[in-house]
Amino acid sequence: MESRHKVLIVDDDPAVLELYRELLAQLPSHPEIFTTTSGARALSMLKSEPFRLLLCDLKMPKMDGLQVLSIVRRQFPELRTVVMTAVHSEDFRARAYALGVDLFWLKPDTQQNMEMFLQCIESLLGRDEEGGFRGVQSKSLMDLIQMECLSQSSTVLRITRGALTGRIWILSGELIDAETDGACGESAFRRILEWKSGTFENLPTEPGRERTINKPANALLLEAAQAMDEIAAPASQNPEDVEQADHRKTVWRLASLTRAGASFVVSLPGGPESKPEGWGTEATQELGLWMQQALESAQKLSRDLQAGSIGHLEGRSLDHRIVLLPQEERTYLVGWPADASAPQLSEPSKQLVASWDS
Amino acid sequence: MGFLNLFSKPAPGVQVLPSGTLTVDRNNQILATTISSACSQEVLQEIGDQVLRLFRQARTAQLPLSELTLHFSSLKITARELRGGAIIFLAPKHSFNAFS
Repeated sequence: MESRHKVLIVDDDPAVLELYRELLAQLPSHPEIFTTTSGARALSMLKSEPFRLLLCDLKMPKMDGLQVLSIVRRQFPELRTVVMTAVHSEDFRARAYALGVDLFWLKPDTQQNMEMFLQCIESLLGRDEEGGFRGVQSKSLMDLIQMECLSQSSTVLRITRGALTGRIWILSGELIDAETDGACGESAFRRILEWKSGTFENLPTEPGRERTINKPANALLLEAAQAMDEIAAPASQNPEDVEQADHRKTVWRLASLTRAGASFVVSLPGGPESKPEGWGTEATQELGLWMQQALESAQKLSRDLQAGSIGHLEGRSLDHRIVLLPQEERTYLVGWPADASAPQLSEPSKQLVASWDS
Repeated sequence: MGFLNLFSKPAPGVQVLPSGTLTVDRNNQILATTISSACSQEVLQEIGDQVLRLFRQARTAQLPLSELTLHFSSLKITARELRGGAIIFLAPKHSFNAFS
């Protein structure tokens, strides 16, 4: 028997709950509707059984909708969330979307709006049930390119790693061009292959693209694989080789730093006893400690003010402009000269650190 | 008829992000503020405390900052150092300035 999706509606007004229960019961997927008038009760219901969708009002006593949603986002990341409110405020809309809600909807006031609302809810309930295969998580970029070449396809692979973007043109299974961050041809192809992770999409082919890569794809992939093996320097190799590989990495990073025009980078891994690494500065330990303290302060402010997630932190001293970037596994502090010309340094900093671990 | 207020329920609401300016001295005493009184004194002291702490700790790390901006997804906090104290600007982000 086909299981029905469970939908939970939270609103402090029982009359509204009844209205929505009747409306959602008419949906083609016939979801099971549960209702509650308090955020705290909603959270305990979510813990007790798996729900597909949460519809939440914003203005509620004791625990408001944004508080409920921020807890839900942390504890139930798979749950689809919809805010329905009568409060017409850009501020609340921005905050709700910052919390990762799927839909922010002003309570429908016309028949047409109501129909659109129901269509959106039906779409959110059934989104995963569409056919097709998604994701090739265990495949490296090399595997992807080999697959495209072996299948003789013509396509443009657009690869994204953080702030970096690259494109690889494949025509009838042959590699013809590549481009990233100011580089093109073979050098761009090698640079893209150095990226360890990211996302890709297939764009329509461009038959008129001029050919700049003449080596066969397999030869280039083999060269790139050898170069990466050398950099990786497995533990079985002798200490001299390991030292050389470390040295090469340091030189490459310092070159990236100079090319970008930055003064220094400090990288702090996420663990509690983590040691910072620095390039271009002698105050690595002190800066690493400050990064830790700054993150703690920012997290406290974010919690106390309900200001949402931390994007980045910028600072200015007489000698430097700095950008602190919390990333998934590490936090980076990028220092720039005080007279750096860009008005916003967060984007160049993101680009610099995106290639840092490649 | 004030006694009827005893039976009235408090109106439900959403916590509003603080918006305005706050000036604190080096001891985190609030000198001036334009932030709504709906935002409690404790919250303002907490903001001042964290900002002063950030400036102080940066100085210890050989990075004497004169200005600091914290970008959260819904709020931007900009602080300028003022002889040990700070002037702090709080600006909630709306959809039209969310990327600034």
